[in-house]
Formats: sequence, structure tokens, C-alpha cells
Amino acid sequence: MGVIQFKNVGKVFGPKESGFVALKDINLEIADKEFVAIVGPSGCGKTTCLRLVAGFDNPTDGAVMVDGTPIKRPGPNRAVVFQQFALFPWKSVYDNIDIGLRNLSVPKAERQSRIAAILNLMNLEPYAEHFPHQLSGGMQQRVAIARAYVLDPDVLLMDEPFGALDAQTRVVMQEELVRLARKNPRTVLFITHAVEEAVYLADRVVIMTRAPGRIKEVLDIASIRKAEDWDSHEKIEDVMDLESFVHLRTQIWRSLREEKADQHA
Amino acid sequence: MNKRISFRQSVLLGFGGLILFIGLWHGLAISGLVPRVFLPSPLEVYDRFTTLMERRFAGATLLGHMLASFERFAYGFILAAVVGIPLGLLMGWYRLLDEIVSPLFDALRFVAPIAWVPFAALWFGTGIGGPIMIIFAGAFPPCVINAYRGAKFVDPRLIEAANMLGTPSHRVIREVLVPSSVPSIISGLRVSAGLGWQSLVGAELIVASAGVGYLMVQGQANISTTTVMSGMVAIGLVGLALDSSLRLAERVILRKRGLEN
Repeated sequence: MGVIQFKNVGKVFGPKESGFVALKDINLEIADKEFVAIVGPSGCGKTTCLRLVAGFDNPTDGAVMVDGTPIKRPGPNRAVVFQQFALFPWKSVYDNIDIGLRNLSVPKAERQSRIAAILNLMNLEPYAEHFPHQLSGGMQQRVAIARAYVLDPDVLLMDEPFGALDAQTRVVMQEELVRLARKNPRTVLFITHAVEEAVYLADRVVIMTRAPGRIKEVLDIASIRKAEDWDSHEKIEDVMDLESFVHLRTQIWRSLREEKADQHA
Repeated sequence: MNKRISFRQSVLLGFGGLILFIGLWHGLAISGLVPRVFLPSPLEVYDRFTTLMERRFAGATLLGHMLASFERFAYGFILAAVVGIPLGLLMGWYRLLDEIVSPLFDALRFVAPIAWVPFAALWFGTGIGGPIMIIFAGAFPPCVINAYRGAKFVDPRLIEAANMLGTPSHRVIREVLVPSSVPSIISGLRVSAGLGWQSLVGAELIVASAGVGYLMVQGQANISTTTVMSGMVAIGLVGLALDSSLRLAERVILRKRGLEN
């Protein structure tokens, strides 16, 4: 299972009365195996939401829960993929993927077979003995995704995972993530500022306001994707050409732009 | 002006500088402006150097003195590394320890290694203990400071990644903190070896009954400038060898990480 719940969550950095209010009154429930993307202007607290679920930070108010248990610290049932990959530069690709399994005391033979399977799934087999610095950015992020997926986590947390990649690599990775998510569905919380990416990948898109970050709107993408049969198109550009896609994208853009106008008013 | 200089050019230029220096020295020595007793020519020093290598002076050959010095240095340097690196890492990791130790450490490191000589002689005598303590005083601060920097500036994302992968905290120290501090630790060791080696000779001028410093003091007593200068050459050569080998180790490690420029 992997149900994420935000209940009246607030987060203040610094002293509670005078500090910076990053999040206010966040209420959100993400169902098991649901893919939710959060979009919003920079500094809106979307990454803070992810860090609360990861357990890197704790909320000032309210509670963040996974399967009903409040989160206190990081753990391998909530795997994180970072924007800057955060691979261990002194470990090979294989060893980077192995750490989490070893910490869970998985027997060696099982570790080997699980790593072999994920290397195969991510097209990383020829690079098992390479070190991170010998790989391109896209490849490094594949390793980071493999490192998260191999743990078979309840929840996958992705913090602008494709933000550091060039445009072409980004598209390839997005298609790959869709392929992966279909083969092996997980509860995913995906942070991005790229609207098209959010619409293409997510079942629901959450739009946040500028600081203090609140949830402005939640859009259901899954029902439209199903109704318009997006999945029959293999390539991302074909999906992005569909009228239903364009419509959703425009709707989100408009909502985000209002956000900026509010700010200047 | 900042044209790139190839490796060959750099070696040639370095040699050129050296030859120019020896030429000037030689010219000055044979000119008779300075008494030969105080400024022997490079050839005379070379002669004396080779003689000292073969014949005993002040109890041992020059090589014997160099080995005696190196042994002392090795003890002090290893002691400094073994105590200094873990201390620096822990100070970088545990804020509380940092707050407790830093002011004391910052004050103590301004006491120059040579200023430890009287204290070291009182406490540990002029045998092996005194010089080791003086070398330790020189080599210890860079070990601590660089390990501390390495630990302090470890990428917080890597710590978070290790935590989310369920790594227990003692393993985070061993598997993330230490390896990510290695480049900084190695450059600390290089500085530390240099300072340690410099302090050693300073210490030997005063204490000990063998070693390059001791040889030089004996040379001075016999008004043998060539002996004194041979000692200086030996110090320079050992120091250079020490630094080159640590620099090589540094390059190998950085290349493995893909950090080499």
C-alpha cells in the first residue's frame, strides 16, 4: 500500500511566529498507485511538500501520513529521486543500486537478481561497473530511478527529476517513466514546474499558490486520458498535439498566470 | 601572455631556472667577493654531498642521517594523521564537539612548531619523544582543518540520499562522510607532510643526536659550510620526494572520482 495524506499541514521555517511560512493548510490525499504531480511558481513550497513525505523535514502544523502512520524520518519505503541525482560518486552503478537493498538485509542472491532485473528494465546493463562521472546526465538519472525502484517502495518521490537534463533527454526519460509506471505502478508524488510534463505523466495535477504555499486547484487528468485514449499514442509529441491535452495545458497555464497577476496587483 | 605551456616546456623552463641559479651561485663563489669558507661553489657542495653519502660524519653517513630523520618524521606524521583526521571529521559532523574544541584548537595552532621545542624537550627529552612531539605540532593542524572542511562541506543531498536508503548513522559516517572528505583529507596530508618535515629539521637543530639537522649543527661547529649546505640539499630532496608521492596519490584518487581538472 502507499496512501499519502496531508492533514492541515503547515510548515514555517525559522521561529513559528515570525519565520517564513512555506506551506499553509495543505489537505491532500493521494491514493495507492496514483501518480500526482505538483506544479507551481518557484518558491511555492512544492519541494517542501515532497521533503515532508520523505521525512527530511517535519511539519510545523498538522500531519503527513503514509498508510495512516505519521512520518518522522526518512526511510526506504519512501524512495526519493533528486533533481541533482545524488549518486555516490565513489560507488559503481551496481553498488549505488545495491546500498538500499543491503540496508534492508536482503539476501545476496536475491539482491543480485533484483539488481539485474532493474538494470535490464532501465537499459543500464552495460554500465553496471561504471562510475557516475563516466555517465551522461540522463544515464545518471536512470541510475537514480533504478536505485529508488529496486527497493520496491510504497511511495516514489520525484523532485524535478528531469530538471537538470537537456530537452531531448528529458523527453526520452518522460516516455520511459510512463513505460515504467505502467509496468510497475507505484504511488508517485512528482514535483515539477514544467506544465506539459505534469499533464503528460500525472493522474492528477495539483496547482499551488505562491508563498505561503496553498493548494489552489486539483485537476483530474486520468479520466480525460482514459476518455480520449492518450495511451494509444506511443510518442509524447502525438499526445501533446491532442486537443484534450492542449486544453488541459492551457487551463493550467492560465491558472498559474493568474497566480503571478495576483502577486503584482 | 597567458599562453598555454606544455608539460615539456614547463620541465625545460624549470630546469632553466635551476641552471641559472647554480650558474649565478658558481659565478659569485669563484669571483672572490665572498670568502670561499662561507660560500663554496656548487661543485664543492656536490663533492661534499657524495663524500658524506659514503663516509660517516657526526656518527653516520648522510643517508643514515636522512633515514633517522625520516623515521622520526614518519612517527610524528602518522600520529598526527591518526589523531587529527578522525578529530576533524567528528568536529565537522557533530556541532557540539565543534563548539567545544574549535576555540582551543584555533588558539593552539598559532603556537609555531618551533615554539614547542623547549616544552617538548622538558617533557619528552631529546630522545625520540621530543622531536616526534614537535613534528606532531607541525603536522597536526592541517590534518584536523582539512578533515573538518571535508566533513563540513559534504553534499547534504548525499546524506539525505543515504538516509532515505535506510543507512544507519554509523554507516553514513563510514560510507558517505569519510569517502566524500577524502580529496580534502589528502590535500591536508600534503600540507601536513610539508609542515611536519620542516618542523622536524627545526627540532633536530636543537635536540636529538642523529638526523640531518644534527649533521648540520655539527657541520656548523666545524665551520664546514659544505656540510651545512649538503644537509640543506638533502632536506630539499626528501621534501620534494615526499610531496611528489602524495601529489601522485592525490591525482590517482581524484581521477577515480572524475574530479581531475
